[in-house]
Order: sequence, then structure tokens, then C-alpha cells
Amino acid sequence: MNIVNALIQGVLLGGLFAISALGLSLAFGVLKVVNLAHGQIMTLGAYFSVMTLTSLGMDVWLSILIVVPAMFAIGYVVQRTMLQRALRMGELAPLMITFGFSVIIPNVLISVFTNNKLQIPIGDLAVASIQVSDSISIGVMPLLTLAIAVILIVLLQLFLARTRPGRNMRAAADDPQTLSLMGVNYRNVYAMAMGLAFALAALAGVFFGIRQGGVTPFDGQLTVLFAFEAVIIGGLGSPWGTLAGGIVLGLAQTVAGLFGPELPLLVGNLVFLLVLVLRPTGIVKSKVAS
Amino acid sequence: MSLLKIESISAGYGDAPAVSGVSFSVEPGQLVALVGANGAGKSTLLRVIAGAHKIWGGSVSFHDQDITATQDFERARQGISLVPEGRRLFASLTVKENLNMGAAARRPGLWNLDSVVEALPMIKPLLSRNASRLSGGQQQAVAIGRALMSNPELLLLDEVSLGLAPIIVDEIYESLSTVRKSGLGVVLVEQDLSRTIKVADYIVCMLEGHNVLEGAAAKLSRESITAAYFGHSIESFDDATKKGGATK
Repeated sequence: MNIVNALIQGVLLGGLFAISALGLSLAFGVLKVVNLAHGQIMTLGAYFSVMTLTSLGMDVWLSILIVVPAMFAIGYVVQRTMLQRALRMGELAPLMITFGFSVIIPNVLISVFTNNKLQIPIGDLAVASIQVSDSISIGVMPLLTLAIAVILIVLLQLFLARTRPGRNMRAAADDPQTLSLMGVNYRNVYAMAMGLAFALAALAGVFFGIRQGGVTPFDGQLTVLFAFEAVIIGGLGSPWGTLAGGIVLGLAQTVAGLFGPELPLLVGNLVFLLVLVLRPTGIVKSKVAS
Repeated sequence: MSLLKIESISAGYGDAPAVSGVSFSVEPGQLVALVGANGAGKSTLLRVIAGAHKIWGGSVSFHDQDITATQDFERARQGISLVPEGRRLFASLTVKENLNMGAAARRPGLWNLDSVVEALPMIKPLLSRNASRLSGGQQQAVAIGRALMSNPELLLLDEVSLGLAPIIVDEIYESLSTVRKSGLGVVLVEQDLSRTIKVADYIVCMLEGHNVLEGAAAKLSRESITAAYFGHSIESFDDATKKGGATK
């Protein structure tokens, strides 16, 4: 039964990886920007959540309603003021800027909050579980995380397919200059996409913080790796691909965990490398950017 | 009042000039054809008018308003629409979505999905098809339809017949004659001289970035246009001018 439990836990863990990867996938799919600071932005979102919890005394779900729009605004401004200029200089410049963020964010966090782990309390939900059998139990929070991942992907797909801003993003992914000739300022479309990517990253950061029992300034170094691996395994720019990639990565880690506590990260990385070699476009074809 | 007036336009790539001191105007309902060999600067000039290419010098006026510094998306909202060379459809969008992207400028007018499909009937069975799965002729029709969806007052058409079978080109030009009845001004870049002479009201012939001949299509002889097109000697131009054209 251990293997069944590992498979179930792997799928649930995949939901968390998928949420982490969604924003990264969107930013790459629309802007062709590889955001090296994605993990650090997740961490920043988690810290913002902690700040609202402690300063305003609200619960974590309410804090998300503040943190997510705030991170959208930050992403929008970062794109318009920095990344947009960098995009004009070539592919390397935005990469360097996001790398700069990945260094600056944790150092600012450590100087403000120290390196101590800050809790993101969710009460009884943290330990609530559904007992399926003697050896299998499903955590409510991981299940909720997977459900939210699926809901987010469905909403993102509907947004991209059915709404005007979503269609603008798909058009901008194809050809931003031609989009401008249609009367749409593609810079605003890019900024909206980056804002959305930041918002999704912040949400993912909160969920990661909840799962890990808190957040520390350098968590982003590991979470960005998982996000990248889920995106690459699933297929760049594909929302459903991120879920598939997240689940494959989650399964690899939990099944490897059966054979030794040191193996999950290693096997996850090996699966990632295997997909990169055998199917570099990922296992699901992109819907955002062909 | 001219619909479009460009004066002494210069533009290029890097340090290399592509257009040098070109001027002409377009009246409402008029079709002005830019003709010239490859590298004459026609497409660059169209992109300058649309705001998609940086201008080095000169001015662009639309409805007597200087729009030289106006950005491309703002020009589209004002009523200038470019059908770019190579069609440049949004490959991941369906034909219907591509057409609706043209309406993003949200300009009022008679063109909508129904009227565009009526004017370009070859589009009708393709609406749900992905734009990446269209033939060249179908792509061109969709590109023209997409431009019309913005209800432009000035339509810029770049190489509409390039790479298309003659029968498809006939169909597209037939659709264009329907489109022109709506009264919009058109600037057409075309290498097919015979077809250009038939449809144009006014012809501007460009050679190596310069405007070397212009005049009403009815007054220019085919020989004068051909001479300008290929950059024949001044004497040849003089002969051509005597037949009705104005050399520059």
C-alpha cells in the first residue's frame, strides 16, 4: 500500500508544483521572459501574507485577497518600468534583471525579518486529513491545493480563450508588433501578463509556506527549481502542461522517497533532465505560445 | 483636406537609408499605388505611415493633424490600418479571433464580422480554423478582413499578391473593389504593374528610396512607369514625362 500512498501524495504534491509553475509558464508563454526571480517572488508573496496576518490580525485566506492584487500591481509596475526597457535590449537583459531580483529579494527579507522561519497559521486545516484506509490518508490542505491548482488552470484557460485581455495576451505571445497595429498597446498587455504572473507566484508562495510550516528568506532558491522543472516537464507556456509537469515531478519525488529520504530531490531532477533530453518541448503542447 | 499627407519622409535601417525625402498625399476614397522594384523602400514607407517604423525625418499628417510622433497603436485607433507584408496573422488564434483582434481599435463603422465575411466570402468556411492552417491566399484574405474590422479610414496594403496564385489574386482584388466602395483611402504596395495600373487612381513610383515618378494613373503611360520602375536613364524619364508623368 506504500506505493499507492506515494502515488496519491505525489499527485497532491503535483498540485502545489503546478500552482508554483503557472506564473512562470505564463510569463514565458506571453513575454518570452524567463523569470529567474520567480521563486523569490513566491517567497515575497508569502512574507506579505505573514505581514498582513501579524499587522492586521486577519486569517490567511483574507490575507490572500490583499496580497494577490498587491503583487499583481507590483508585477505590472516592474514590467512597465524595468523589464519592458530591458526587452528592447535583447534576451539577456531581462534575464539579468530577474537574476538581480533573485539576489536582492532574499537579502532584503533577511535584513528586515531575519532568517527565522515565520509561520503561516491555518489552524486545524494544517493537520486535517481524510482516512481512506489504514495506510492511506489524504491531507485536506494538499487536496485543497490540488483543487485550487485545477481551478486556477481552468480559470486561466477561460481567461485566455474567452476574454479580450486573454486574447490580447495570446496575440502578444504570437506577434506583439502586429498587435500594436490592431490598436492595442502591447506593453500594457505584457504588463498585465507579468502582473498576473506575480499574483500567481504570490499565491503559490503562500501555499508553499503553509505546506512547509512557514517561510524563510531563501526558500525561493528551492521553489524556483521546482517551478522550472514543472514548467519544462509540462511544456513551456501551457497551463495544463504545468499541472502535468507538476504531477510528474511530484510522483517522482514521492515514489523516490520510498527508497530513501535523500532521493526525492535527486530523482525529481533526473526525471526533469530525462524529459529535457527526450522531449524538450514538454509533454503537453503549449496553448499560449506555439 | 487630405486624408493623409506625408512630406519629405526619410527612414532606414541602422545607418542605411531606405526612404529618402518622399512626399505624397491621399484623398478620401482614393487608391494610391506605390510601385517599385524590391528594395525601393515601399514597405518601409508603409510601415512609417502606420507608425511601425521609426522615422528619420519629415512629417506624417492624418486629417491635417500631425501624427509624426504618434505611436502605432494610437494611429490604428485613429483609423490607419496596415495589412503587413507576410500577412502576420496571429498563428495561435482562430480566423474568427484574428478578425476580432482587428476590432480591438473599437472604431465605429460599417465593418463588422458579418460585413467582412460578405466582402471576403472565402473567409466564411474558415472562421473556426486555426490561422496557422491557412493557405497563402486565405491568410491574405483574413489579413485584409482583420484590417477592415478596425473600420479604417486609410487602409495600407503591402504586397497583397505576393506568392499567391493568379486566380486567388483575382479574387482578392475583386474583394478589394467591393471594399473600396465604402469610401476608404487606400495605399497599395504592389509589384504587379498591370494590376496596379488597372486599380490605382494615383501612382507613386519609387526607386532606391526616392520618389522618381508620380501622377494620376490615367495619365501615366505604362512605358513611363516601367522606365521609372527599373531606373532607366534621365532621357527615358524625359520621354516618359512627355507622355503624362511627372518625374522627380
